Amino acid sequence: MPMTEQATGAHHPQPRPRSGGHQSAPEHVTGAQSLIRSLEEVGADTVFGIPGGAILPAYDPLMDSTRVRHVLVRHEQGAGHAATGYAQATGKVGVCMATSGPGATNLVTPIADAHMDSVPMVAITGQVASKAIGTDAFQEADIVGITMPITKHNFLVTKAEDIPRVIAQAFHIAATGRPGPVLVDIAKDALQAKTTFSWPPTMDLPGYRPVTKPHAKQIREAAKLITQAKRPVLYVGGGVIKAGATAELKVLAELTGAPVTTTLMALGAFPDSHPLHVGMPGMHGAVTAVTALQKADLIVALGARFDDRVTGKLDSFAPYAKIVHADIDPAEIGKNRAADVPIVGDAREVVADLVQAVQKEHAEGRQGDYSAWWHDLNRWRETYPLGYDQPDNGSLSPQQVIERIGQLAPEGTIFAAGVGQHQMWAAHYVQYEKPATWLNSGGAGTMGYAVPAAMGAKAGAPGQTVWAIDGDGCFQMTNQELTTCALNNIPIKVAIINNGALGMVRQWQTLFYNQRYSNTVLHSGPDADGKQPSAGTRVPDFVKLSEAMGCYAIRCESPDDLDKVIEEANSINDRPVVVDFIVHEDAMVWPMVAAGTSNDEIMAARDVRPDFGDNEDD
Amino acid sequence: MSKHTLSVLVENKPGVLARITALFSRRGFNIDSLAVGVTEHPEISRITIVVNVIEDLPLEQVTKQLNKLVNVLKIVELESGSAVQRELVLVKVRADNETRSQIVEIVQLFRAKTVDVSPEAVTIEATGGSDKLSAMLKMLEPYGIKELVQSGTIAIGRGARSITDRSLRALDRSA
Repeated sequence: MPMTEQATGAHHPQPRPRSGGHQSAPEHVTGAQSLIRSLEEVGADTVFGIPGGAILPAYDPLMDSTRVRHVLVRHEQGAGHAATGYAQATGKVGVCMATSGPGATNLVTPIADAHMDSVPMVAITGQVASKAIGTDAFQEADIVGITMPITKHNFLVTKAEDIPRVIAQAFHIAATGRPGPVLVDIAKDALQAKTTFSWPPTMDLPGYRPVTKPHAKQIREAAKLITQAKRPVLYVGGGVIKAGATAELKVLAELTGAPVTTTLMALGAFPDSHPLHVGMPGMHGAVTAVTALQKADLIVALGARFDDRVTGKLDSFAPYAKIVHADIDPAEIGKNRAADVPIVGDAREVVADLVQAVQKEHAEGRQGDYSAWWHDLNRWRETYPLGYDQPDNGSLSPQQVIERIGQLAPEGTIFAAGVGQHQMWAAHYVQYEKPATWLNSGGAGTMGYAVPAAMGAKAGAPGQTVWAIDGDGCFQMTNQELTTCALNNIPIKVAIINNGALGMVRQWQTLFYNQRYSNTVLHSGPDADGKQPSAGTRVPDFVKLSEAMGCYAIRCESPDDLDKVIEEANSINDRPVVVDFIVHEDAMVWPMVAAGTSNDEIMAARDVRPDFGDNEDD
Repeated sequence: MSKHTLSVLVENKPGVLARITALFSRRGFNIDSLAVGVTEHPEISRITIVVNVIEDLPLEQVTKQLNKLVNVLKIVELESGSAVQRELVLVKVRADNETRSQIVEIVQLFRAKTVDVSPEAVTIEATGGSDKLSAMLKMLEPYGIKELVQSGTIAIGRGARSITDRSLRALDRSA
């Protein structure tokens, strides 16, 4: 079965280079007009940004563009994360825009975030006039130098005639190969100069040739290992979603019968409800997934990078496993863990070719027998399911709040999370069945990601419900974008999982710092009894704060109101909704592998070390 | 620790050297020596990097990360057996009427050149592999080295084959 677009019916997210297109007749324009015309031609329909001195010329023609919608954000960081959220929800390149100096440096965090999570994004920044560069001019910052280590590539444009070519190249680099952020810094005088515009420009990237087609010999070798293995695991990373390879992955998994684990970046790449799915791996992964990797004799890594949050202590990770490592980025292969079969290629082509190669193995009478393996996996799955206790004081359990939001969400809802405990609970207790329904900051761990990313996702996919699952710490970093949402008809929903503390840090203090809660109490919860050191002051009052920003806001403090409140939030679609869920503060994220220890030391719950029947005295 | 010589062909554009050196420090690689110059093609520069590789950071990671830089066209490792490697050194040695002739003798032994002479010093120019140059400097040291400047290693493969041919074709295709 050839795994082509026709076979899966899925649209491939990576744009293909235009071929044989005729160049349009040159138009006489300014550099700024040329920029906006270029954005129109590459298909950028939404730009998140804030104007300022150096980028000002670009905002004049932007006002007249009917094809590019500009969303005026309240902080450049919001523009950057919105572009990432947009990109991950739509599969298109996200675009953000800022002025020179502080405008540009405020984009640094979201650019670094996009770089860690391989999100296609183009950031356009104004720069001081080319003659003033290097003179410490007003609002000058060397943003190309600053972002060199956190972009896939970046450009400084000082001539108006270069603008169309650089924009075309920036979008091409951002979207192809291993996707990533590209920054285009344009000097003010280049935006003001007269030039001509014609499209498409000729690209000039002799050093950029991503390999997408995997090597046939390596594919055959991988298929052989899959059928010979006794305890294989398909270790699926975010690359599978970026490559649009989820349909192919399902075929491969069902064909082989091997268990599938999807990383934090890959939730939704394979349905959570599928019987072959054993959960998320890593520091807070499911016991079955973590243990499956530890005991595996073969790991087939697809678009995953053996990140330290997945492997734990690297030299004790998956000690018995041979490694097939497929990635579009050759530098990932062998970076952390040596690969027995390295495969460089686009995940979609790799998985499609693997399907055919495994079919050939089966046709020749070689098929893997994983029944003993599944016997073990099922036993772990039954003995150590994900779970949580209800608090005994009648307060809300954060896990239950998140679980119910997931269960009551309309079909196709997109979830965005911040970083911390609520992120891990959102990873565990929401069922992800489809790709591009889970957005989070995986590699960088950027607190404050959820609200702006949800805004970007909703702007890109207005027909889908978008829930931001946020913590009270995260929410206080970027909530100002709710104003943007309210004023621009971007009705997202935000669940503040409000435990009045920086919960994940607090959890580490509980476990590793003798319950000394240094600087993790935020006091945003209610004043319970006045005795607890973490007693709240309800400052800020998230309901009042959200109302002030044009949102509908509710508070929920009792399990009895939970469903009613969520249903009310789901029913309001004419403005953003914020729900302040006051949850109990001592809930912890389990399972957990303590930092720096082996994944063999996973704890299913506090003081509960799973028994895998491998102790000698058993 | 082992030393490797990499010839890196890059687009001759502003900022490319910064991208490469920043990559080395960011990824924890050590640069032993660095030399940059134009090639027979004005659009291509050639950077010769001698890398000190610690065992747990294999050379493969260095070249793979370099290859990801959009402005890098090609990377070739030049093995010492099949390549000519040269450094240039200019050294100012203390010399008086008594020692000058001894110093000139050392210069001749190493087929170096005296490029400047003054009553108190001679300045010597020498090229060669790093072994030869360090041997010469060791000989000169007792006389008193007043100033020393040394270039990075440059290297070229032996035989008729050229590493720039194919990269030039890539440039032509994209033009």
